[in-house]
Amino acid sequence: MTAVAHPKTHESHEPMSFWRKYIFSTDHKIIGIQFLFVSLFFLLLGGVLAMQIRWQLGFPNTAMPLGTMLPEAMTSSGVILPEYYIQLVTMHGTFMVFFAIMPLLMGVYANFLIPLKIGTHDMAFPRINMWSFWLALLAGLIMVAGFFVPDGAARAGWTMYAPLSARPDLSGATYGQMLWSVSIVVLGLSSVMGSVNYITTVINHRAPGMTWFRMPLSVWALFITAILAVLALPVLQGAAIMLLFDQTIGTHFFDPIAGGQALLWQHLFWFFGHPEVYILILPAMGMVSDIIANGSRKPIFGYHSMVFAIVGIAFLGWIVWGHHMFMSGMNPTLGSTFMVSTLLISVPSAIKVFNWLGTMWRGNIKFTVPMLNAVGFVSMFTIGGLSGVFMAATPVDMHIHDTYFIVAHLHYVLFGGSLFALFAAIPYWYPKMFGRMMSEAIGKWHFWLTFVTYNMVFFPMHILGMAGHMRRIYDPTVYDFLKGLQPMNKFITLSAFALFAVQVLFLFNFLWSLKRGKKAEQNPWQDNGLEWSLPSPAPHGNWERAPNVYRGPYEFSAPEAGNADFLPQHVKLPTDRDPAAATAPPSAPAH
Amino acid sequence: MTHATATASLMHPPVPAEPGSGVYSNKLGMWIFLASDVMFFTALIGSYIILRFGAPGEWAKPNAVLNVPLTAFNTFLLICSSVSMVKAYAAIVDGKKYFLRAVPGKLLRDGGLKFWMLVTIICGAAFVGVQVIEYIKLVTEGFTPAGFREGSVLAEHAAGDPVKFGATVAGLYGSSFFTMTGFHGFHVTCGVISMLYLYFTKVLPEKYSPQDYRGIEVIGLYWHFVDLVWIILFTIVYLI
Amino acid sequence: MHWWLPEAASTFAGPIDGLFLAILIITGIALVIVEVGLVWFSVKYRARPGRKAFYTHGSTRAEVIWTAIPAVTVVALGIVSNHYWVQIKGRNSVPPNAYSIGVHVKQFEWQITYPGPDGQLGTGDDFTVRNQLHVTVNQPVVVHLTSEDVIHSFYVPQFRIKQDAVPGMTINAWFQATKTGEYEIGCAELCGMGHYKMRARVFVHTPEEFTAWMAQQAAGGSE
Repeated sequence: MTAVAHPKTHESHEPMSFWRKYIFSTDHKIIGIQFLFVSLFFLLLGGVLAMQIRWQLGFPNTAMPLGTMLPEAMTSSGVILPEYYIQLVTMHGTFMVFFAIMPLLMGVYANFLIPLKIGTHDMAFPRINMWSFWLALLAGLIMVAGFFVPDGAARAGWTMYAPLSARPDLSGATYGQMLWSVSIVVLGLSSVMGSVNYITTVINHRAPGMTWFRMPLSVWALFITAILAVLALPVLQGAAIMLLFDQTIGTHFFDPIAGGQALLWQHLFWFFGHPEVYILILPAMGMVSDIIANGSRKPIFGYHSMVFAIVGIAFLGWIVWGHHMFMSGMNPTLGSTFMVSTLLISVPSAIKVFNWLGTMWRGNIKFTVPMLNAVGFVSMFTIGGLSGVFMAATPVDMHIHDTYFIVAHLHYVLFGGSLFALFAAIPYWYPKMFGRMMSEAIGKWHFWLTFVTYNMVFFPMHILGMAGHMRRIYDPTVYDFLKGLQPMNKFITLSAFALFAVQVLFLFNFLWSLKRGKKAEQNPWQDNGLEWSLPSPAPHGNWERAPNVYRGPYEFSAPEAGNADFLPQHVKLPTDRDPAAATAPPSAPAH
Repeated sequence: MTHATATASLMHPPVPAEPGSGVYSNKLGMWIFLASDVMFFTALIGSYIILRFGAPGEWAKPNAVLNVPLTAFNTFLLICSSVSMVKAYAAIVDGKKYFLRAVPGKLLRDGGLKFWMLVTIICGAAFVGVQVIEYIKLVTEGFTPAGFREGSVLAEHAAGDPVKFGATVAGLYGSSFFTMTGFHGFHVTCGVISMLYLYFTKVLPEKYSPQDYRGIEVIGLYWHFVDLVWIILFTIVYLI
Repeated sequence: MHWWLPEAASTFAGPIDGLFLAILIITGIALVIVEVGLVWFSVKYRARPGRKAFYTHGSTRAEVIWTAIPAVTVVALGIVSNHYWVQIKGRNSVPPNAYSIGVHVKQFEWQITYPGPDGQLGTGDDFTVRNQLHVTVNQPVVVHLTSEDVIHSFYVPQFRIKQDAVPGMTINAWFQATKTGEYEIGCAELCGMGHYKMRARVFVHTPEEFTAWMAQQAAGGSE
């Protein structure tokens, strides 16, 4: 047993044209990679917008470097105008949430990982999958177009509170607002298509022996997230359509003057929006669970409770939306109810954090770049989760609602959480995508520099928020009580520039390794997942026939493994029995 | 255990994929999509209910603005199309694909897939047609998504009898009426187009058989769902 | 520079700051446990040649403990928070002797209507002042918030009070200032391009000063 036998793969497919193979591809891996490039572009765009926001807050009324290159509608002799500033704030949030983090997690990793990790050749509906990508790209381009129409992009914050968003005469932007609504409707369609695919694939296409409780936590998280997306996005779509009609054909859904209700938008938006928050964090939690178990060379601590925690978060996620509206004039008794559900949702999150700690306990931890970032995720997500408790307590929320405290909180969850998880996931599955490794040395520099500068940017925001610094204000020096905080704003701005500069390391590492990275072995991280039984990069069609699965995905350091400290899911030990001979997938319903 | 055995163990005889839920993927996918669509209509209908109950005035009385008998007829058409869809499904399950049976004098006795699918498509298209006529008529009379158009017949009526015509909340009435029925109509249109596509690519070329009639079952699910949504909409928008 | 909550100038500041501190201590303990655990495990259990990780799938007892402790803590926190929430924002929380002031908000200013010498809003001697809220120290004040156009939010950091003003709704928010002086009102909800400059001032007077100011305004007629 010394020669490595390569599993039979689908390499003998009929040759396909470049267009069918890489552009209008129906292969889940190519679609995942397409999503990766597109959403990294939007991540970069969102970052560029953030830098301009920070310039204005750190150095209000000072000409921005290169600011004179922007058109006069945005800057006046290099100084950012207030109307451009609120576009920046709006579009930074929109791009980061809808076009960077969400597609990075769902578009990239649900696509790439689900079929590979459950042992199937592709998604259930490959063509719908392709459409899902192209619609997401279309939605992104529509959103970008906002900057190029008269009056510029949408101006009502990424939450688009009506009636500001519904009335062009009040917001000052007509086409930008409409483009926002249209783009969100298209994006919703894309997400629903993608999620229908993910759910069906997980339910119907698992390899023999891949029972529900042998699925990796990443697949569990992506599966539950897809359920959230399939139920939440249509609500946003419905709301965006009503908003679009208010903006275009004169309906009055959100216009109180004609009997409409301003709070209706908030209820619809946050009914979608809170599940959305978990859409943005659950996949990150799932992938981090896989990576921490791998890095600690230990089974995940409390697998079942990890699964139930995901399900619990997803379930409770539907009944907490009102905590975004404690100060909105909603009935205060409802506020009490939402406070209780919100506080309860912190329990499953706490279980997850402690189980990650439990996983590391008595492990044999190898600090690869993915593991470093995964541990960074746990430590930063903890801060983000705990700062949420302040806002959940309604009386305290009265003071810190809509201040920089919430900005700090959401960035600790989305950047410290989701993005650190992605900095772990991207190098981790890079070999399976491109057949090469990303540089470990650059990766470690990137992690430490990001970790430090990131905390320098976002931690002080808690202090700003406690002092009462409101969100989305163009010039904090207008207020006397904020003037004294300007040095801190300046410090945050300079740190933010450093944080942005450090990301160049990542981008360079990512692009350089495509061609120059070290050739990847089949299983560079010595992991148990099914994807590592394929060559790197994984071939088109994955397996010729589905692999058999004999155990769960976290059998690291199991006694049966002998000298090795891992035991892949598809390896048959003498004591293992083959999974029950599965029947053929039904081609027609039984009559 | 080394890595070699890991890959070597893949070399045993082919085992087909696990069937998962026991429901084929197209049908499962459609069910999931319908769950998603339920949430879409919940957003619209929920907003309608909230707006109507929170409105500063009473809604227009049934029959004041809308032509209920016309829409009742339209509802009947849509229910007929659901029945014919069931007949189409039953026909293909039994293998009765043909429009004309070979038995002389017993034309159309128990029909067939081609016949019943055609009936469904015609009823669906007629529903959309009637809805378009209804919209044109309403807009001509002055009922628009923004409310009663100034100077129109309905605006005059409303000025005369504000209670009956719900003059204070006409804007909300128009907003929710056109959005809800419009998106339902859009769903019906999509269904008709999909059925036409299936009709020419699968039904007429006789691609379906009692062994494989997935397309008919899946589009049937969608069609019944759209029908059900209409019955809810008809009740809450036209009758109450 | 400011490293803590702003100066406390209303009756809400006591419970809110206390709750803030309590949560800070609780979450601080949790944070220290997690972060110290992460660093400690990272150092202690780092990979060394020849060592193998301890093979375990978890411990039900440990998981029950770290499920129960957070659950009990958050429920307790919820009960305490709700106690103050009802006092601050509950439908019946406005004290009966509260002094009524109308605050009508529009892009981008605060129109503040005083009841005039007769102490009743909606009578002929009401007068309106732009961007200036005058109140009496130690006297409960209820503001009736309305909005002309979009959603704004009434926020006085030193009073720890925040309440959105929503078009189509009248929302009552009350507070009781405890320190005389001048403070700022900020708009805390994005309301358009002038959101940042939607600033007003609050003057907390002694009762004598307030009466004098009221007499002067009433004599000078409304602005």
